[in-house]
Amino acid sequence: MVTGFYHRMSISQKLAMWAWIFLIPAVLFYSIIRFYPTFNSFWISLTDWDLLSEANFIGFENYARMLQDPVFWKVFGNTFAYLFLGTPISLVIAFVVAYYLDQVRFMHGFIRALYFIPFLTTAVAMAWVWRWFYQPVPIGVFNNVLSALGMEAQPFLRSTTQALPAILAPAIWAGLGFQIVIFMAGIRAIPDSYYEAARIDGAGKWQILREITIPLLRPTIVFLVVISSIGFLRIFDQVFNMTPQGDGGPLNSTKPLVLYIYETGFDVFDMGYAAAQTVVLFLILLVITLLQLRLLRAT
Amino acid sequence: MKRTLAALLGGTMLAGFAIGPAAAQDVVEIDYWQYFFQARVDAIDALIERFEDANPDIRVNHTHFPYADYRTRVAAAIPAGEGPDVVQLFYGWLFDYIDAGLLQPLPQDVFPHGEIEAEFFPMVQAMQVDGEYYALPTAVRSLALFWNKRMFDQAGLDPDDPPETLDELMEVAAALTQRDRAGNLTAVGMTAGMTAQDHHWWREVLVRQFGGQPYSDDNTQVTYDEAGGLEALEFYLGMLDPEEGVSAIGFMDEPQAAFRAGRAGMHIDGSFRLGALRGTRGLQWGVAELPANADGVRFNFSSYWVNGITRKAEGPKAEASARFLAYITSEEAMQLWLEVVGELPARQAAALTEANLAHPEFGPFIRGLGYANATTFVSEGQQRQLMVDMIDRVLLEDMSPAESLQIAADAEQALLDDFYGN
Repeated sequence: MVTGFYHRMSISQKLAMWAWIFLIPAVLFYSIIRFYPTFNSFWISLTDWDLLSEANFIGFENYARMLQDPVFWKVFGNTFAYLFLGTPISLVIAFVVAYYLDQVRFMHGFIRALYFIPFLTTAVAMAWVWRWFYQPVPIGVFNNVLSALGMEAQPFLRSTTQALPAILAPAIWAGLGFQIVIFMAGIRAIPDSYYEAARIDGAGKWQILREITIPLLRPTIVFLVVISSIGFLRIFDQVFNMTPQGDGGPLNSTKPLVLYIYETGFDVFDMGYAAAQTVVLFLILLVITLLQLRLLRAT
Repeated sequence: MKRTLAALLGGTMLAGFAIGPAAAQDVVEIDYWQYFFQARVDAIDALIERFEDANPDIRVNHTHFPYADYRTRVAAAIPAGEGPDVVQLFYGWLFDYIDAGLLQPLPQDVFPHGEIEAEFFPMVQAMQVDGEYYALPTAVRSLALFWNKRMFDQAGLDPDDPPETLDELMEVAAALTQRDRAGNLTAVGMTAGMTAQDHHWWREVLVRQFGGQPYSDDNTQVTYDEAGGLEALEFYLGMLDPEEGVSAIGFMDEPQAAFRAGRAGMHIDGSFRLGALRGTRGLQWGVAELPANADGVRFNFSSYWVNGITRKAEGPKAEASARFLAYITSEEAMQLWLEVVGELPARQAAALTEANLAHPEFGPFIRGLGYANATTFVSEGQQRQLMVDMIDRVLLEDMSPAESLQIAADAEQALLDDFYGN
């Protein structure tokens, strides 16, 4: 019966059937592991679920509370501080390094590997090493150097103004290797003939960079902006591991949205409020990604 | 240690096989859950073995997993009928668990109220809710003052004479503090940091010693913003003065790290720190009771993990669970827990033996239990963070101590109101 049915199918129907059979694991995986929890968190954000008791529907109360929560606005600001400092700084450094590394022949592979290694290193281990770097005298490397040079010790992680950049630095450093490799691939993809033509026409180095290299790197730049923006918006490991008890302090000055969500959900067990913040983060990521996709399409 | 463990495990398994077939119909199996900490796991395994020898009709399955997942898993499992019959929980979670209907009251025939109140340390009475006891501890923790004998010696102080009062504490700390030529601290006289045990010291000890009370008697009102609180805060901040202080927040990253590295003269910590300090090479330390105030009055803070019976245990399982709970909160179990885990017996008779009181390491902690209070936390992590921020606002934002204290008290009151539904 079944075999008869199979034999009556056309080749294209058979192809479609097999395609779906092979797709089923992925489809199931995505719907159960990804989409179901995602949609469920929209529902949770409308409840007061605390993990222990039954969830009660409370409408948009969690969202109203968010608008009045000073900590939420603080971490909202911090998240964008990570984004607006992290993305341009890391891109400029990565481009400068890639641009000059491209012209270096001596030990080229070795130097490139040096830049890439931090990208392969566990964020947690790196965060702890940097946490110790920033310690005051007598154990902190940076402060010991400052002290040896006769300069005033800096509070770094113990300051409400220095802590966020101090945590951002290793995050930028860790992502640099990846960005450099992508930039170099982009630079190499520009045909040499463009440069030759420009030189014959008497263009200077600066002019070539501005008129040829950067415009032709636009797809690469847009790609890196998208990837690194999402990365900085989701910063967590560094902050969690570099602040005492992972509290995003001092005084919430380094706490990003993702860490606040984690605290609300898994320390305070206020799942409804945590889910509401997650929905906001989801919307931010969605808007930024759509904007950047539109930019990409424009090229 | 490993070999005894293996022998213990082997013994337990053999015993299981031996009695298994003969008594199979009558054996009641119950599940016990706790979080993973090697010494606690060893202690419970040893207790289960002794219990099963004495009660061949009961089998106890011991399950443990990492602390980070503990609360989530218990919460998910019990309503689904999958979880433990007897469960270990932090005393501060009791209200949450009762509200969620996870626990049943302890049967009064096995645990008479009069006996609990007469035999356990008084802070255990916090486990009574609406006239019923819901959980009992095996062990309790208190705080004490650790001091570095070598640093005392180097500073010309008697290495066997720790400070007795808060004034002496500050004098000694000043003598132990070392700074380099630029004024940077290279050794602190006393560790500081609300992220460690200091928030307990401030809340339950200093506030009371300066004449205040941290919370109202029914625990629903913050009262440390009244008398005593400001003085206690100013005393604590006095240690942290940038030029003349004896300590700094974040020195050597963590207070206990600074003490273990021999860079801190004194350190307040719990009895659970003893194990780590015993294993630190080159560190000569002693432990003393927390300093008294000018009038000689001492206070201490106590916290504990308790064992309760869940709603899942019914009929014979409930009866077996009660017997097991009675055993693990017996004097015998408490003495074993003290030796294996280093936490203090929760029954006065087991704790206040001559040998325990005179013990150079356990003694100060056990004496501290006599005048200890347990904070009724509604959300310990958040309440601790309020203390951390209270100090940081003064140190990093130049806020006045009085204003910062008020902000902390108001924020904590909001947490309490939210919890108690006021």
